[in-house]
Amino acid sequence: MKMSQSPWLLHYDGSSCNGCDIEVLATTTPVYNLERFGVINTGNPKHADIFLITGGINSQNAPVVKQIYDQIPDPKVVVAVGICACDGGIFKECYNILGGVDKVIPVDIYVPGCAARPEAIIDGVQKAVVLLDKKRQQMDAAVRPAAGRA
Amino acid sequence: MSTRSVVPFGPHHPVLPEPLHLDLVLEDEKVVEAIPSIGFVHRGLEKLVEKKDFNEFVYVAERICGICSFMHGMSYCEAVEHIMGVEIPPRAKYLRTIWCEMSRIHSHLLWLGLLADAFGFESLFMQSWRMREKILDMFETSTGGRVIFSVNKIGGQRKDMDNSMIRSFLDIFAGMEKDLKELTGTFLNDGAVRSRLDGVGVLTEQQARDFGAVGPFLRASGVQYDMRTTGYAAYGDIDLEPITSNIGDSYARTVVRVKEIFQSIDIIRQAAAKIPEGDFAVPVKGFPKGEYMMRVEQPRGEACYYVKANGTKFLDRFRVRTPTFANIPPMLETLKGSQLADVPILILTIDPCISCTER
Amino acid sequence: MAETKLVAVDVQNLLEEATKLKSGGYRLVQMCSTRVKDGNELTYSFGKGYDLLHLRFTVGDSTQVESISHIFPPAYFYENEIHDLFGVPIEFMTVDFKGNLYRTAEKTPFKGGDSQ
Repeated sequence: MKMSQSPWLLHYDGSSCNGCDIEVLATTTPVYNLERFGVINTGNPKHADIFLITGGINSQNAPVVKQIYDQIPDPKVVVAVGICACDGGIFKECYNILGGVDKVIPVDIYVPGCAARPEAIIDGVQKAVVLLDKKRQQMDAAVRPAAGRA
Repeated sequence: MSTRSVVPFGPHHPVLPEPLHLDLVLEDEKVVEAIPSIGFVHRGLEKLVEKKDFNEFVYVAERICGICSFMHGMSYCEAVEHIMGVEIPPRAKYLRTIWCEMSRIHSHLLWLGLLADAFGFESLFMQSWRMREKILDMFETSTGGRVIFSVNKIGGQRKDMDNSMIRSFLDIFAGMEKDLKELTGTFLNDGAVRSRLDGVGVLTEQQARDFGAVGPFLRASGVQYDMRTTGYAAYGDIDLEPITSNIGDSYARTVVRVKEIFQSIDIIRQAAAKIPEGDFAVPVKGFPKGEYMMRVEQPRGEACYYVKANGTKFLDRFRVRTPTFANIPPMLETLKGSQLADVPILILTIDPCISCTER
Repeated sequence: MAETKLVAVDVQNLLEEATKLKSGGYRLVQMCSTRVKDGNELTYSFGKGYDLLHLRFTVGDSTQVESISHIFPPAYFYENEIHDLFGVPIEFMTVDFKGNLYRTAEKTPFKGGDSQ
């Protein structure tokens, strides 16, 4: 079964200015309509396959991001949306910003922009979906030989 | 006998697009007390004035919040212009007014959508956001950006809207009005919606004054207070009456915001009729010295921008007090005594913008 | 048109001035701290109608400032912020987060900086 048929995403706002967040939400609503790819925006980490995160990381939200990441079952793909999530952006020099999301969790896809445009976000999610299938295949390949012997 | 329990709410919660944490002290289903904990979005951008000069800081000010981005940038510029004694051209003032009101419409539509989502009316959420896209298209046509515009600078605007563009916008608004009436009619008259908003989270006028509520949250409790009447940008030439309601519940807050959408369209029409020809920026020389506190009416309420300059290119202090910051203490008041199931709606009715609040 | 007044007060008279404003029908607009050499310049802004009145006083790093949160209830939120970010010791807040409102990586980030 391919996961790309219906990948669910979870969106978390790191310490973004909201600009990317409202664009992520706008992407799931009519006009851009990300849901036509079977994508559903969920609030529950256990339902999610794609972790979409906006904004940089500070010491207070780092454990939250880490926890949500750990709660999402494998296979999972992390998409950093916006320049702040990629490397800290305009707030890089702020005393309370550690940097991009990759400071705490591994990031698979980087979507640049300030704010990231809906087209770019859709592109990022599409890439994530392909990667998700690949990760799933790798997982299956790792599990099957063992299952065959049993 | 009822037992007390503490339920953590957030920072990651399905109804919150943004992280906010509350510890809700409950007696059975009733909220007795709510203790906030913020700082998940705290970046510390006020301290960036030491690293970015006062012209560059316009870009930082715009990124205090992506929803009211235009007004943040504009208010910072107006504060610095006031210190430097710069009089911007009248056309720039009108451009600012038009863009401000477009921001207000987009912000209120965004809020209506989130509200619908919070009480589970998904199609209403989608319809609100679909209409909001029309405003964003206009922003893109006029500024090049959908969310962050960067059209403000100290001394005026970076871009002009030519008159034919403004006229085409008026046509778009005329076309939108019918759809908007239908959409907002559902919010105001539909029984399913009203049963979730009527009488929920009443804030009395006295409470609103005591706890320092601002914006639609304050006006819905019957206080006539709207910073636009002080006449910054071109509001001095515009005819406007603050919209109030005296019921004070969640429904009243919805009514106020819905009426403000139509008021904003009216303001844009007035501004489009009066906008003078001419330059849209003046050159600015030298560095600011002095201090000023600028106050504007954002979609969420009164915001204060304090700028202290020392005559060099780096400012001494920039401080912004955003409307959500002022609205959190009164919101906690409305939470006391409410049902746990109403908490998401109550938090939403102040139109929280956490990234503004924590900066 | 709104008017703005700046009134210099002494930290000892703060409560007295705040009480006067409260009975005069003022509301709290904002409270702000600015780092100055070896201390902080505090500006408390109050509004009546559209007019604005600032109370301004300067305190040294170790001067205790008394909270006005029992006169103006929302003040506790601002006072906790000033305490957390600037390290101004504020006493008797109605709700004291004890430095946990903003859990920044660096304690009192504005205090160490040279804003001179």
